[in-house]
Amino acid sequence: MATLFSKPHAMADVPLHYCPGCTHGIVHRLIAEAIDDLGIEGRTIGIAPVGCSVFAYDYFNCDMVEAAHGRAPAVATGIKRVDPDHVVFTYQGDGDLAAIGTAETVHAATRGENITVIFINNAIYGMTGGQMAPTSLPGQVTQTTPYGRDVKTAGYPIRVCEMLSTLDGVALAQRVTVDCVKNVRTAKKAIKKAFEYQIEGLGYSIVEVVSSCPTNWGLSPKDALEWLRQNMLPYYPLGVYKDVKEGESRE
Amino acid sequence: MSERVLMKGNEALAEAAISAGCRHFFGYPITPQTEVAAYMAKRMPKVGGTYLQAESEVSAINMVLGASSAGARVMTSSSSPGISLKSEGISYLAGSDLPALIINVQRAGPGLGGIQPSQADYWQATRSTGHGDFHILVLAPSTVQEMVDLVADAFDLGDKYRMPVMILSDGMLGQMMEPVSLPEKAVESLPEKPWATNGHKNQRKHNVINSLYINPPELETLLHERYKKYDHINKTEQRAEEYLTDDADLIIVAYGASSRVSRSAIDMARAEGIKVGMIRPITLWPYPVDYIEKNVNHVNSFLCVEMSMGQMVDDVRLAVNGRKPVSFFGRTGGIIPTPIEVLNEIKKIAGGI
Repeated sequence: MATLFSKPHAMADVPLHYCPGCTHGIVHRLIAEAIDDLGIEGRTIGIAPVGCSVFAYDYFNCDMVEAAHGRAPAVATGIKRVDPDHVVFTYQGDGDLAAIGTAETVHAATRGENITVIFINNAIYGMTGGQMAPTSLPGQVTQTTPYGRDVKTAGYPIRVCEMLSTLDGVALAQRVTVDCVKNVRTAKKAIKKAFEYQIEGLGYSIVEVVSSCPTNWGLSPKDALEWLRQNMLPYYPLGVYKDVKEGESRE
Repeated sequence: MSERVLMKGNEALAEAAISAGCRHFFGYPITPQTEVAAYMAKRMPKVGGTYLQAESEVSAINMVLGASSAGARVMTSSSSPGISLKSEGISYLAGSDLPALIINVQRAGPGLGGIQPSQADYWQATRSTGHGDFHILVLAPSTVQEMVDLVADAFDLGDKYRMPVMILSDGMLGQMMEPVSLPEKAVESLPEKPWATNGHKNQRKHNVINSLYINPPELETLLHERYKKYDHINKTEQRAEEYLTDDADLIIVAYGASSRVSRSAIDMARAEGIKVGMIRPITLWPYPVDYIEKNVNHVNSFLCVEMSMGQMVDDVRLAVNGRKPVSFFGRTGGIIPTPIEVLNEIKKIAGGI
């Protein structure tokens, strides 16, 4: 009997711990599919820093390193500099990448560090139970912005792809989402491209995935995706912010 | 022995690391260690290695963690305030059983402190260079030659025990020039690291480098295992130099720069007929308690000399365990004690003997 559907080889056959409706599972799968498609599992090293996805080291079959909060780009740099044939990716949340790890992110990007970054932007700290993230929207209610994010005191959200696309070392900066089949397909292409750019030695590639967190947003999985479409996407427009091969373009 | 050359401590250390097979250096400028980084920036490209100036000490130590995960012989160097920044990464290195060489060319603290030599990071180095239950190996050279000799040992010990190693230098040893013989032969082959995350090449299961253990009994068991290793190191890796201890009534305990001053003071005291000697710890962790034990019965007292307000003296007191008096003399804030000051202290104590 022909197999019609199976887990990618690069993905471990274990249950994921993520909450129902969380989009981490989809993104994990897209990464594993890209690794399979490119036949690079044997030379890929993934880095899972602190956040909901810290256990990703159990979910991928390539070699994995767990990193301190925010430090994944530095750890990735160390691994990559030991052997440029390593294919190195980090899997970072918004707090990790755009708050505690901003310096590591900006400098890995500006060095043109030849790594691939998968950035999960769900506008909230998931693992610690729903606090304000650097990407939480103005007015968004979180555990630490109980009256809504007041930009006068808590500042404005950071648009990561826009910011990083100004840096010369960045080869690819693309924002995608996985709320529907069409967008999942686009996300898959973007993630595969990000790995391809690394393999070609073009520099730092980042794919930002606008994601949902039903548990900490206090919404059902379906309503969370609708909230994402209504609130996140207008603030974080999807598209290609930088692509050294095709020049600046937007979808 | 190879030809003797006149070199600065910081530069000799860097060259010794290259001889020992280190090809990856990640650092950040800070006085008084910057010569290590500058030397590496000059030499690494010539030997096919990596020199990378990180955006911070925090990043540098995490680059070290990455390179070590991938199986490389790797190091970083800094000075006191920078080591505080590295402490997060050192804890993660220890928690992930990763080897790495960390150099601390100590300056005065706390805070920004000063840029002159100091030994005020002893507690930080030996008690806890980060959060959690762990130790790192700490080596303390007292000459430029010993700095060179200890570098290869430090890398080997780190690989053997899969743990971070610190060379605790100071602004005096780092900046001073002395004649030194560099290793004649560079290290050619490094130990296999089957645990490294360097790509499984479809030939083994995936390797994971990790310090997260969410299940308390699992973490407790792991820590017990790691402490068995520490116990073994405590028993087998203690190193110290004894100087004129056989007939000594008073033994000075001093390491690094302050041991050099103490040696001069001892020679002056001996010339005056005062029987004083020295135990100079070379390993600060494990602390060379066996050397104290060996001498504790025949001496009248101990004097700990440091460039701090008194930190290593705690370890001397723990080793002596109340059996003999232990006194302390120190200068701090970036001041190096003079031999005369130490001699006066010796006389104060000897007068009471």
